[in-house]
Amino acid sequence: MPANLSARLCSLLLSLFLIAFALPALAGPFEDAVAKFANDDYSDTEEAIGVVAGSGNKLAFPIISALQDGRLMADPDSKKVYVTGTDGKSIDAATGLAVASVPDSASAVRLNNRLRRSVDAAIGSLTLQSPDIGARLQAAQSVFKSHEETSLEAVDGALAKETNRSVKAALGDARAAILLFKPDATEVEKLEAVATIKARGDQEAMALLTGMGDQPASVTKAAASAIGSIQSSLAVWSMVQNAWYGLSLGSVLLLAAIGLAITFGVMGVINMAHGEMVMIGAYTTFVVQEVIRTRYPGLFDYSLLIAVPLAFLVAGALGVVIERSIIRFLYGRPLETLLATWGLSLVLQQAVRTMFGPTNREVGNPSWMSGAFELGQITITYNRLWILVFTLAVFVILLAMLRYTALGLEMRAVTQNRRMAASMGIATSRVDALTFGLGSGIAGIAGVALSQIDNVSPNLGQSYIIDSFMVVVFGGVGNLWGTLVGAFTLGIANKFLEPVAGAVLGKIAILVLIILFIQKRPRGLFALKGRAVEA
Amino acid sequence: MTPHMLTRSLDRGATIFLAVVVACGILIPLSNLLLPAGSFLQVPTYLVALWGKYVCYAILALSIDLIWGYCGILSLGHGAFFALGGYAMGMYLMRQIGSRGVYGNPILPDFMVFLNYSKLPWYWYGFDMFWFAALMVLIVPGLLAFCFGWLAFRSRVTGVYLSIITQAMTYALLLAFFRNDFGFGGNNGMTDFKDILGFNVQAEGTRAALFALSCLALIAGFLICRAIVSSKLGKVLIAVRDAESRTRFLGYRVESYKLFVFTVSACMAGVAGALYVPQVGIINPSEFAPGNSIEAVIWVAVGGRGTLVGAALGAVVVNYAKTFFTSGMLAPYWLFMLGAMFILVTLLLPKGIVGTFNAWWDSSKERRDAATIASAAAEDGVAEPKMAEEAQ
Repeated sequence: MPANLSARLCSLLLSLFLIAFALPALAGPFEDAVAKFANDDYSDTEEAIGVVAGSGNKLAFPIISALQDGRLMADPDSKKVYVTGTDGKSIDAATGLAVASVPDSASAVRLNNRLRRSVDAAIGSLTLQSPDIGARLQAAQSVFKSHEETSLEAVDGALAKETNRSVKAALGDARAAILLFKPDATEVEKLEAVATIKARGDQEAMALLTGMGDQPASVTKAAASAIGSIQSSLAVWSMVQNAWYGLSLGSVLLLAAIGLAITFGVMGVINMAHGEMVMIGAYTTFVVQEVIRTRYPGLFDYSLLIAVPLAFLVAGALGVVIERSIIRFLYGRPLETLLATWGLSLVLQQAVRTMFGPTNREVGNPSWMSGAFELGQITITYNRLWILVFTLAVFVILLAMLRYTALGLEMRAVTQNRRMAASMGIATSRVDALTFGLGSGIAGIAGVALSQIDNVSPNLGQSYIIDSFMVVVFGGVGNLWGTLVGAFTLGIANKFLEPVAGAVLGKIAILVLIILFIQKRPRGLFALKGRAVEA
Repeated sequence: MTPHMLTRSLDRGATIFLAVVVACGILIPLSNLLLPAGSFLQVPTYLVALWGKYVCYAILALSIDLIWGYCGILSLGHGAFFALGGYAMGMYLMRQIGSRGVYGNPILPDFMVFLNYSKLPWYWYGFDMFWFAALMVLIVPGLLAFCFGWLAFRSRVTGVYLSIITQAMTYALLLAFFRNDFGFGGNNGMTDFKDILGFNVQAEGTRAALFALSCLALIAGFLICRAIVSSKLGKVLIAVRDAESRTRFLGYRVESYKLFVFTVSACMAGVAGALYVPQVGIINPSEFAPGNSIEAVIWVAVGGRGTLVGAALGAVVVNYAKTFFTSGMLAPYWLFMLGAMFILVTLLLPKGIVGTFNAWWDSSKERRDAATIASAAAEDGVAEPKMAEEAQ
């Protein structure tokens, strides 16, 4: 008997031991759930997602995200499930052990739209605990969008631990969204949720409130008033957004037109090749970046700082050469100048096309110019912001140069009265050459900035030339402030017309308005006052 | 002495020009139709169409010379009037397709069926009748030019400002015609024409007739321009070109003169476009591209601004060169050529081919006359050689 007992005890222990060590994969609920992925049945898969996501196992996130990307392979014969990593290596989903290869009979676990939502929600709640703040924020936002009741626990858990302010706010929003859609939440909870969502005040909040379905009367009423206030705040934000887009477009226009304003203002010369100077500036940036890429990759973030003076020198020198070789023979014949510089623009375009090829060239954004940040309800990209800052800086420097340097004084004198200036001993032809060089150089700088937001192709300049002329004509000649006001007015007007009339019609409307405006003020917004009647 | 010489040499130029155009207008179609295909003197049909295109460009160049050469208005948007005339003709040709289109709709052109139009837009009414379309070819560009010019000239927009807003005008039209919902075929424009006045547009006879008609239009346009510039009105136009304020101070209503000549010029451009479309078989928004209008200006500059004959000649020469260079291995260099042409002509040949030739002819004639007088004086007042000279 004792021997018998001890033998049975031994066999029991042995079997326990065997169960504990030899067959761990068939043991816990996590492993069971993982095996369900192999059933190729949507409801089993859904159950599995729920269990895996709630298991707290460290394999949960890789499994669910593999499922999302179609990298979760299941073998229906052996009921084994594998996670194929993005690097091509596979692991066993249940144990996390590496496997040499996934058997051929395995196929990706299929999803339908309903399951995809559960997957998103699962990923959302899984990443709520991620150490990365960005990932947590994103997860909270995705929970806000999916507002699955099942995520409530995860959100509450995360909310208790969260220390970051913005993540905490996003989690609060997510919690409110869940409560709003939870059928058994109390009326007080729902009213609080409406208030929270109202405070959020964006398009998504409004979508949530309009689509919340049957609710107690008090909640519906609160939601209606919340929708009203969100709508009016959204309208304000969309104005702000249009104004920002307008400022951004205006800065681009100003940058492209400012050099033109100088040459046109001082010399009365219409430089149709101005756009090509912009293009050459952009290609200078391209060449600088190519050299940096191949020789000194570490300097990439400084590429634009190097390109700005180089583009100024290249385009400026070219401008001086053009002035000395072509334009100076055509003074007093503005229409002929226009034609000759148009011809020049064709030559320059074709030359660049021959040298660099007709296709777009890739110019990269340095790290400090890529990305965006949120300001209230609008997103501001860094490259647009930097271009605005840069444009204003160029404008201020130019203004200071015109006001405080000897060349600036001479340029102003020649603008106001060429013959009088010549009589006072100003070498007007030297001033002309330097002015043209300066205008072209600034166009080159503009090219550096525009290479960051536009395609660098031989046609780059052409797309700006008509707009730049419009700015100069609108703003008035011989006055930089006119160019500034003209550029921002046109930019903002364009962006406010766009949502109403569409992009193309808006642009046509602007052109027609300028044509009509010219009737009223043929010399532009800020015309030089004086008795300058043409001969 | 000199003004007399000038008119005489211009008259001679005009006579030669008219003779050449008449000869081409008769001989080229006849040779194309009557001589057997492939014979040495037979002009192939594709060449008839190509030269027909040049003749249309020549009419456009004439219209630009009328305002730029004689009135100092540099329009960088004349291609717009050309294209509008072309579109009016294109609309007529589209309506003539009838139910032979791909979708077989008897009323709606193919692109409208494609874009789910349920009925013809109101502005397409009447274009099934040739006389109406022909009237529109004149009225639409003329009306646009009248309104535009009325606004611009009245508020004294001149010089480069005017050039730039004309460019803005054609640019705005380019953007508008690119839109599909504008009702003119969007970026594909109109093509696949079948009939004009019941004749097949592809047929050799129609092509030859269109060529002859284009020559006729060129002659008519030339005579109209000659009549305008040699009238008293033409003298005022030249005065406006040379000293606008002074002319105004003398009591002329400058803007009315400018408006008149601008409108006439736009109508001519419209006719050129209308003749162009059936010969090339397509009209699309790229005709509105600002570059086209500027290119047309360079034809005038190359041929000789303010000479009329020169404008037509320039259009043919530059376009022949374009065809020659863009069809061969030199194609990548065409833009260099065109650009260089802009620069060199403005710098070195400001009077253009015909203007330079006239100046050379007059000065050499003057020298010959002077030599004759000198030799006559040397022969002690015997006037015979000079009389012989004048009898020539």
